[in-house]
Amino acid sequence: MNPLELTDARPGPAFTVTFDGREIDALPGQTVAAALWAAGVTSWRGTRGAGRPRGVFCGIGVCFDCLVTVNGRPNQRACLVPARPGDAIRTQDGTGHDD
Amino acid sequence: MTDRPRLAVIGAGPAGLAATLAAAAEGVRVTLVDSAPQAGGQFYRQPASGLGARRPQALHHQWRTWRRLRAGLDRQLTAGHVTHLTDHHVWCVERHPVGITVHALRGPLQEDGVTVDADAVVLATGGYEKVLPFPGWTLPGVVTAGGAQAMLKGGLVLPGRTAVVAGTGPLLLPVATGLAAAGTRVAALVESADPKALVRHSRALAALPVKLAEGAGYAARLLLRHRVPLLARHTVVEAHGDDRLDAVTVAALDAGGRVRPGTRRRIACDTLAVGHGMLPHTDLAATLGCRLDGVAVEVDDEQRTDVPGVWAAGEATGIGGADLALAEGHIAGRSAAARLTGRRPDARTWTGAARSRAALRGFFAALDSVYAPPAHWTEQVTDDTLVCRCEEVPACAVRAAVRELGAGDVRTVKLLTRAGMGWCQGRMCGPAVAALTGCPPTPARTPFARPVPLGVLAGQGRDTQTGPPDNPPDGKDPHDD
Ligand SMILES: Cc1cc2nc3c(=O)[nH]c(=O)nc-3n(C[C@H](O)[C@H](O)[C@H](O)COP(=O)(O)OP(=O)(O)OC[C@H]3O[C@@H](n4cnc5c(N)ncnc54)[C@H](O)[C@@H]3O)c2cc1C
Ligand code: FES
Repeated sequence: MNPLELTDARPGPAFTVTFDGREIDALPGQTVAAALWAAGVTSWRGTRGAGRPRGVFCGIGVCFDCLVTVNGRPNQRACLVPARPGDAIRTQDGTGHDD
Repeated sequence: MTDRPRLAVIGAGPAGLAATLAAAAEGVRVTLVDSAPQAGGQFYRQPASGLGARRPQALHHQWRTWRRLRAGLDRQLTAGHVTHLTDHHVWCVERHPVGITVHALRGPLQEDGVTVDADAVVLATGGYEKVLPFPGWTLPGVVTAGGAQAMLKGGLVLPGRTAVVAGTGPLLLPVATGLAAAGTRVAALVESADPKALVRHSRALAALPVKLAEGAGYAARLLLRHRVPLLARHTVVEAHGDDRLDAVTVAALDAGGRVRPGTRRRIACDTLAVGHGMLPHTDLAATLGCRLDGVAVEVDDEQRTDVPGVWAAGEATGIGGADLALAEGHIAGRSAAARLTGRRPDARTWTGAARSRAALRGFFAALDSVYAPPAHWTEQVTDDTLVCRCEEVPACAVRAAVRELGAGDVRTVKLLTRAGMGWCQGRMCGPAVAALTGCPPTPARTPFARPVPLGVLAGQGRDTQTGPPDNPPDGKDPHDD
């Protein structure tokens, strides 16, 4: 059983977003983090110092580990920002301002 | 209606909802402000509406209580006594001679400033999970236990196929159960405490047979139905992987809380959901100058802080679960309503809530002493383990600040190492820095509860809103669904 079946979910039509240019499916209402997780992506940031990969940690907007670049805007918290059709999500390197 | 007093409630979890309903029932206009897109808080976090979940209760318990709260809120919204501002992140609450002003950032991108004026405020901002560092805890695939739960309840997604749930505290059981029910294979529940120690606190626990039954129900479902092995008095010593988690090493603990030699074993997994208890959200209270009691907001019997016009309820005043949050919120709402309408509150009108508050506080004090992190957990923190995730400060730097540079308090360690200076402002590393340096833990003190765009600080793009409009078109905030 998956969570959608468990809760008898009938989501609105799926839409696509891109992650580093690759198309992935997202469901309406899902955050960027949830959409990436559902697609098997767990990291979308390289840290400023050592360039180490990071993704979701606290999941509720407290830790800022999940920062990501959405439609050219860096430092968005993926666990809070809803995914929208056509969003271009990119791995954020460092502060995200050097792209 | 215009001369009804106005109460701002920050946080739409169990505490904030109970406060809102209690105050609105007594003729106070309430503006309920919350950063989430829907009411519910952490305990009653709802799947995003676009997901069309018909049976969200499959991921929840105490669903009947939620239905009652939601129906009460809907009634008050329709009557126009309550306005619910969803997607509003409060970054500061300001007190001035004629009342208070709540400053929030609106929308998921948090760019527009909004202010709400009120005569008093209830802080019901809940808490967040504490995670103590260990080698590998920054690897993608390692998430907080509550965070895994939140992504599941809100986004209906699972972090991976095989998870280990680890740490300490009563939250681990519902998290492991939720993940297992939703289709993750839970390879182990690793609890560093010894649940048998609960027996020593049987007096406080016996006062609450319902709570015990709830815990026992979880344990039974988890262990029997989902066949999850429970490793009590064990701890995760390391998370492994290159760019993402592929295994964890766990080990048994001795009676003194040290890792027992020769007991290490590796468990393959792609998710580690880990937590070591909860911490109250105190930043808004701190900006208002409210006195803290340890790491929680200090309140009196009426849930008043020491700052006039400011009440606090729920986990912000100390960790104690949803039922305690409901009781405290109810008392705060009643007390605030009475005082705002010029009456002396009559504690007899909340006897039931006060009784359950007392019992639940006792219950959670007992749980707290049982579910403490292993006494010698810092011995497992290698020098190159990052302590501060934001600023990438390793344990050796924190240790050196004390040993070689003579730092004697958390503030000095922060200045010397930058631990706690990053985005999260020490919310994540605070307890670890305190433990590694032997300094008393202090709540993270931040000037604002959220990063604030400079334009908003400068007063541009500001849009003033003063509580509920007198005749709302349908009583609902346009963002509320
Ligand atoms: C991630 C997580 C998962 C949890 N899961 C469970 C569980 O499965 N079972 C269980 O028994 N307990 C769980 N808990 C414990 C749970 O928090 C409490 O039992 C209960 O929800 C406390 O109620 P509350 O009203 O005090 O706070 P909460 O329910 O946490 O509500 C606080 C609300 O305030 C809002 N808020 C906070 N700061 C601001 C701000 N600055 N501006 C605007 N809004 C703000 C939050 O968005 C939230 O909606 C969890 C806790 C966390 C952190
Ligand atoms: S995961 Fe912590 S802020 Fe998003």
